[in-house]
Amino acid sequence: MHMTQPIVAETEADQIIEVAGIHKVYNETVTALKDINLGFGRGELTSLLGPSGCGKTTLLKIISGLLKPTSGEIRVNGETVTGPGPERAFVFQDFALMPWATVLKNAAFGLELKGVGQKAREDKARHYINEVGLAGFEDKYPHELSGGMRQRVGLARALAVEAEVLLMDEPFSAVDEQTRRKFQEDLIRLRETENKTFILVTHSIEEAVYLSDRIVLLSPRPGRLKQVVTPEIDRSGNPEAIRRNPEYLDLIDDIWAGLRDYVE
Amino acid sequence: MTGALGVLADNTPVLWRLLSLALFFAAWEIAGRTNFNYAFPTFFETMTALWEMTADGSLFSAYLRTLQPLVIGLVFSLAVGVSAGVLMGLRRDAEWITLPVFITMQAAPMAALIPLITFVYGIGMTSKVLAVVMLAMPVIAINSYKSVRNVSPSLVDMCKSFQGSRRQQVFRIILPAASPMMFAGIRLGVAEGFSGAVLAELLITPTGIGDLITYSRSVAQFDHMYAVILSIVAFAVITVSLLQLLETKLFRPEKRGT
Repeated sequence: MHMTQPIVAETEADQIIEVAGIHKVYNETVTALKDINLGFGRGELTSLLGPSGCGKTTLLKIISGLLKPTSGEIRVNGETVTGPGPERAFVFQDFALMPWATVLKNAAFGLELKGVGQKAREDKARHYINEVGLAGFEDKYPHELSGGMRQRVGLARALAVEAEVLLMDEPFSAVDEQTRRKFQEDLIRLRETENKTFILVTHSIEEAVYLSDRIVLLSPRPGRLKQVVTPEIDRSGNPEAIRRNPEYLDLIDDIWAGLRDYVE
Repeated sequence: MTGALGVLADNTPVLWRLLSLALFFAAWEIAGRTNFNYAFPTFFETMTALWEMTADGSLFSAYLRTLQPLVIGLVFSLAVGVSAGVLMGLRRDAEWITLPVFITMQAAPMAALIPLITFVYGIGMTSKVLAVVMLAMPVIAINSYKSVRNVSPSLVDMCKSFQGSRRQQVFRIILPAASPMMFAGIRLGVAEGFSGAVLAELLITPTGIGDLITYSRSVAQFDHMYAVILSIVAFAVITVSLLQLLETKLFRPEKRGT
């Protein structure tokens, strides 16, 4: 059985990211996020799920340091942070690739900004390009790739800096359904080789249940924590089998029952 | 049939451009031969006149004169226009102070201001350079400004998320991302600069190309007049096309070879 927990202050030991009392108000009138307290366990994949307007992307950008909260703080490994840092890497919804640079240069860009030498950064970029399944495309330009392949470049770039936490903002929403499914399966495999913490923003209930160790449900206007759900799905076997798992199917229905009130 | 033509056009765009030019020149030749206007020479008369002026060196020396204010004016417009535009794009305070000046300059009918320049700076080189600058700089500056403002915010966020410094943001992301639109503005500005240079020579003192046009008209050598006008149009078109080629070669590696 999966567990549906009430909202409680989390006190588990090994939390890599803590979100404490975050409020975000836009233009002094629109409250995007209200009193968010959350912890993200090391090595876990957490999804932020909710209908549009619930502030899930805002919360992810605050965690990444790209947006400043109106009040509250973000702690990474116990230290308060106020901006982007090397322990967090971001994967963008629109891929954010440089059209003038090849796949290799795009994937190595994070390392290049940090001043890593050309040989070292290209070796590392090649390794992760291979890891995300793009070997052979190193010298292509983004416009020569499909949407799914572009997002793989975005993922390789985020992996290459070897951050502990990967922040993914609706990474699969701009690609077609087949590519999205393949991508989700690949992400499960990737987690077996890369010991990282993932925070994933999504509006897809199926995607959240399929991938997550923990799902944080947010309710809209203002964005608040509604519920934390912990799917207990065995993902060790064939990734395709998960989609037929009764636990997976039931949980999707449960979450939908909880969220449908917010959708007109 | 259209498919085959389309393939041909993709493979040999030069051929199609030549064909359209040939059609235009043929129409010109026919129009000239109908004698609808005594001042309208045929295409072949114009070409003969062009050859004469090239052979006796008058065209060459005219261009040498015209190019001086044009080149000085364009170099100045590029340096100041691009820097001002980029600065306005990057900083709100620079935008507040500088943008209205360029918008006014772009909207104002510059031909009406040229007598004013002459009044202040006389009929020498300074006035002609200023005429070029006044026409070329606003469009260069405003396009540079807009190109910087239009850079995808997520690319800038990407740079920030990997802890890029402000300097890295500007030089590694903003300027390369802005360069296509910036170059479009530069091409427009160079074309405007040609107008400025010729306008100055027609309105201030007849020198160079302006002199050739004015003089040919005054002695009713209309074939020479048309030849000069044709040559300056061709010169401007070639310069702007070369600029585009240069842009692709230098700044847009992804467009090379496609």
